[in-house]
Amino acid sequence: MRKDILTVNDLNVYIGDLHIVKSLNLLFERKTITAVMGPSGCGKTTFLRCINRMHELIPNTRVTGDIRLYNHDLFQLNPIYLRRKVGMVFQRPNPFPTMSIFENVLAGYLLNGIKLSKAQKAEIVEDALKKAALWNEVKDSLHRKGTFLSGGQQQRLCISRALAMKPKVLLLDEPTSALDPKSTAHIEELLIELKKKVTIVIVTHNIAQASRISDHSAFMYLGELVEHGPTQKLFTVPKDKRTEEYLIGKIG
Amino acid sequence: MIQKTSLETLLIKNYLFKGLIVFLSLLMLLPLLFILFFVLKNGISQLSWAFLSELPKPVGDTGGGVLNAWVGSLLLLATTSVLSVPLGIWVGIYLSEARNSKLAFCTRFCVDLLQGIPSIVMGIIAYIWVVVPSGHFSAFSGSVALSLLMIPLIVTATEETLKLIPNTLKEASLALGVPYWKTVLKVLVPTGFNGILTGILLSLSRIAGETAPLLFTAFGSPFLETSIFKPVQSLPLLIFNYATSPYEDWQRIGWGASCLLILSILGFNILAKVVKRS
Repeated sequence: MRKDILTVNDLNVYIGDLHIVKSLNLLFERKTITAVMGPSGCGKTTFLRCINRMHELIPNTRVTGDIRLYNHDLFQLNPIYLRRKVGMVFQRPNPFPTMSIFENVLAGYLLNGIKLSKAQKAEIVEDALKKAALWNEVKDSLHRKGTFLSGGQQQRLCISRALAMKPKVLLLDEPTSALDPKSTAHIEELLIELKKKVTIVIVTHNIAQASRISDHSAFMYLGELVEHGPTQKLFTVPKDKRTEEYLIGKIG
Repeated sequence: MIQKTSLETLLIKNYLFKGLIVFLSLLMLLPLLFILFFVLKNGISQLSWAFLSELPKPVGDTGGGVLNAWVGSLLLLATTSVLSVPLGIWVGIYLSEARNSKLAFCTRFCVDLLQGIPSIVMGIIAYIWVVVPSGHFSAFSGSVALSLLMIPLIVTATEETLKLIPNTLKEASLALGVPYWKTVLKVLVPTGFNGILTGILLSLSRIAGETAPLLFTAFGSPFLETSIFKPVQSLPLLIFNYATSPYEDWQRIGWGASCLLILSILGFNILAKVVKRS
């Protein structure tokens, strides 16, 4: 078994005339958490979006280089297939307001018109909610609207919605920046548990969070990948001066 | 001391301003209350089961009702909805999705212009498009005229509703591997369903009272007609004919019909508010 699941080779992203991501090379290992850090506007979110091709929603985007998922160039894959393999969780919880908790978890199947038996549905929902550590809180109110939940619960609902599709990779774009400390801690524990099954890439502003949960860290600055490596090493003996300055709060 | 008096003046000005706002708002209500009062006073005594379930009688015979008119009105509204709701929603979706394209810009401009065209002109257009080629007046031609009025209203309501839906929902759906068209139809439209429905109800109440476009399209008929390819009576047309007639009992029926029409429009509006709230 290869250890790496995603490789990024000389990736450049342009939006209009702006060069957002500059020749990025990176390798993600299977079943690890990689934190991508950097100040606002450094291109980390754009980079994350490229991994499941959500960047294509932004008008005038151009990409060179490639990203390989299990050695398939993911820009050659069908984006619909790719997005089922690479799930995404956004900064703000965004459950579907017209759907119940139950339907929200199954949204990927329901919206795609994938037929499931009642038993399969119940199984997927229970499994996904348990993985997202939400099952005990909502098991008696599965048919209430997802928007009745608290912010932290909504975010875990969004995580279980992504997990229900059984993705290989889970991308999280600052998933806790809109949440209170308690919900944040909850989600961090959950991510550490989840890495047993999926590869996680998390973009975060929060340096402490990156140090708490990630195995590998990458630091981006002005569109460049400045440094990456095992989190412990990057946090204790950063090679680049900019990384050090970012970690002690001088930039960003 | 100076500070205290200036504070008092400020407070007084505040009260005066508030008083003015309340007064003007009440003034706004007066015409509506006046119309409602007048129509109810003259018309409510006419409303009865017989009024709703009987056909009009010839001049001289007492009694008679407006069965043909309200059935015709419903027929016109239903046909108009079938013609304009799907098209209006479709165009509204397009405008909210392709916000900056040139075609969307032109479409939006045309929709705005269409909204400004007098309703009698829509009647003439429908006359030329439908009545002349088919050789006779019909409910269908009336519906075409009314659709020309209703489509822009629905387009605007749909566009405005969909624009308010946060982009994050669309992203959530696409990130689950849901194709774009399914995202629009299964996520955006259901999320905006109440807004769109409110728009439909309000535009129905807006066109329910239109008379001018029907004068030479639906034309009117003394019979109970349920085919959309025959001329039909409608409440506004009946009011127009009866109110301008010299016969007193026809005028009374005209008041009754006005009352019925206003109450139904009020009903549509209240329903729209309820839908919007829920």
